[in-house]
Amino acid sequence: MKRALYAAGRGLWEFVVGESPATFVATLVIVGLAFALGGHGWVAAVVLPLLVIVTLAGGVYLGRRRTAEGNPG
Amino acid sequence: MSPSTTAFFVLAVFGTSAVEMVEALTIVLAAGVTRGWRPAIEGASAAVALLAVAVVLVGEPLVHDVPIDVLRVVVGAVLLNLGLAWLQKAVLRASGHKARHDEDAIFAEETARLRVDPAARPRHDVVGFSVAFKGVLLEGVEVVLVVIGFGTSYHRLGLAAAVAGAAAVVVAVAGALVARQLSNVPENTIKLTVGVMLVSFGTFWVGEGAGVRWPGSDAALPLLVGVFAAAALVLSVWMRSLLPSGGPARGRPVAGSPATAEEGVGA
Repeated sequence: MKRALYAAGRGLWEFVVGESPATFVATLVIVGLAFALGGHGWVAAVVLPLLVIVTLAGGVYLGRRRTAEGNPG
Repeated sequence: MSPSTTAFFVLAVFGTSAVEMVEALTIVLAAGVTRGWRPAIEGASAAVALLAVAVVLVGEPLVHDVPIDVLRVVVGAVLLNLGLAWLQKAVLRASGHKARHDEDAIFAEETARLRVDPAARPRHDVVGFSVAFKGVLLEGVEVVLVVIGFGTSYHRLGLAAAVAGAAAVVVAVAGALVARQLSNVPENTIKLTVGVMLVSFGTFWVGEGAGVRWPGSDAALPLLVGVFAAAALVLSVWMRSLLPSGGPARGRPVAGSPATAEEGVGA
């Protein structure tokens, strides 16, 4: 039972976080900011997509560095 | 749902399902060719049945018992995370920084690993069954996640499941027609498109669930798709300009197969 739970937890971790923990953390930050800016009208509608693009660009840049260092990730 | 939202809904679910099913089909074909078709088809069918049960068991209670705003934030966050991971890899592959999936190479690798003398093949081949079962099940988890996510958020679980089922049938028929030429499928282009869809829906739902008022309500969705698609294209061009003089990444193709699983979120 303990082993099955451990395996399930590990599988879930691999599935959700996987090899890009930075993306996972950035997603949590975006969710937090969505709640913080939810009542601020159009500001959230501009800031959220911008944050997503910054996260995408950062993830791509980090991914490029990883592959350049020989870790195909 | 507005017509444009319905179109994006269908495109996102169909695309995600098709990409994952192509990867699963590679494993099933490898298991069928090397271990016999009966255990491979039985294993794949058992996994599909289990995934369908999961959609009903998990999806139905979510639709009826969880407040829609909570559902949209959670599902949106999961789709956003998944979509960003897909999109990052698709941009890296499109710009030549990462080797592309080569389903033919994965097929060759799997068949070499599984091959056994037909005379020595047992009547009920557990290996063939379990390889096909595991392949379809693991690739199908993301499909289930997307079906439940999209289906529950718009209260259209039946439509999402039907679209995913249609994608599975289309891929299976195409697989039977093209046999082992799965490398002809423009997988990275589909992944780029689906990644944009997942990120757009994810951002939209996280915002809606958190109380953000999107300009034009549902009409903001096509705008988000356009903005994220443009960002992905600009990033691809920028990354290509940073490519070292040696040319695009080559080497061992990235295996999406669960038997050689190493990819984490989204292959």
